[in-house]
Amino acid sequence: MSLLTLYNNLNTFLYLAAMLFGMGIYGLVTRRTLIGMLIASELILAAASINFMAFNRFTAPDPTVGQIFTLFIMAIAAAEAAIGLSIIIAVYRNYKSIDTEDLVELKG
Amino acid sequence: MNPSMAITEAPGLFTADGLTGLIFLVMMAVTLIGGIISCCAERLVRAVAGLIVCFIGVAALYYFLNSPFVAMMQMLIYVGAVCITIAFAIMLAAPEESKKNGPAGPLSGPLGFITAGLVTIGLIVMAMRAKFTSLPKVSDGTMKEMGIQLLTSYSMVFELISIVLLIAIIGALVIARAGRSK
Repeated sequence: MSLLTLYNNLNTFLYLAAMLFGMGIYGLVTRRTLIGMLIASELILAAASINFMAFNRFTAPDPTVGQIFTLFIMAIAAAEAAIGLSIIIAVYRNYKSIDTEDLVELKG
Repeated sequence: MNPSMAITEAPGLFTADGLTGLIFLVMMAVTLIGGIISCCAERLVRAVAGLIVCFIGVAALYYFLNSPFVAMMQMLIYVGAVCITIAFAIMLAAPEESKKNGPAGPLSGPLGFITAGLVTIGLIVMAMRAKFTSLPKVSDGTMKEMGIQLLTSYSMVFELISIVLLIAIIGALVIARAGRSK
């Protein structure tokens, strides 16, 4: 098992996706602006897509299914980003801030 | 031992296989560095730049997973559309300074790092222990087969995705237009 044949191993991709997922979680809990949290959630989606593609390449009997699923994840992520950003812009118009601590109108 | 394809003995660095492995290592590093930049950078613009770097690395990983079409879509959709949209939103909505001091919440700081670290370690240990068996392939996963599958087995989902995207565009316009005069 050499370092140069890592790309032929399922576990490499699983570890990489786990690390990306961890970075996304870290960004999600530490960012204080809404856009930062959206960026972190994109990292989480990328990690999920990598897992799908890795299993698709190494274990699935039909390698088209994972690719199609990843394409659907991309489409959903694009829709989510568009809606999320327009909500963020609407929030900015009303509060003049996208800091999560300023959005406390519904807090009891 | 989890499935791995065509394991041979270690190739030399300057053979075709060795250079492929080297490019893979570089792209893996690019992905991880981009991810670290995008979750730790202070300014949001730098975070978006890190996200772009990370997505380019992910596209290269897709290429290594035998899916050039998905790699191209990753570049087009994520790098070309989503990141640019986020950059526009930052220009429209993010006041550059407004650095508040003090902790942002109970989970920011070391506790957040511990949370993320535990999640990562848990996932890695789980992947290490799990056993996956490889099944015999029934197709090659080429672009042609993907097209056939998209228009036969998955045609319903395909149409639904287009409706979702249409509604998302209209909804985004409606939400962002309201209160434009303020």
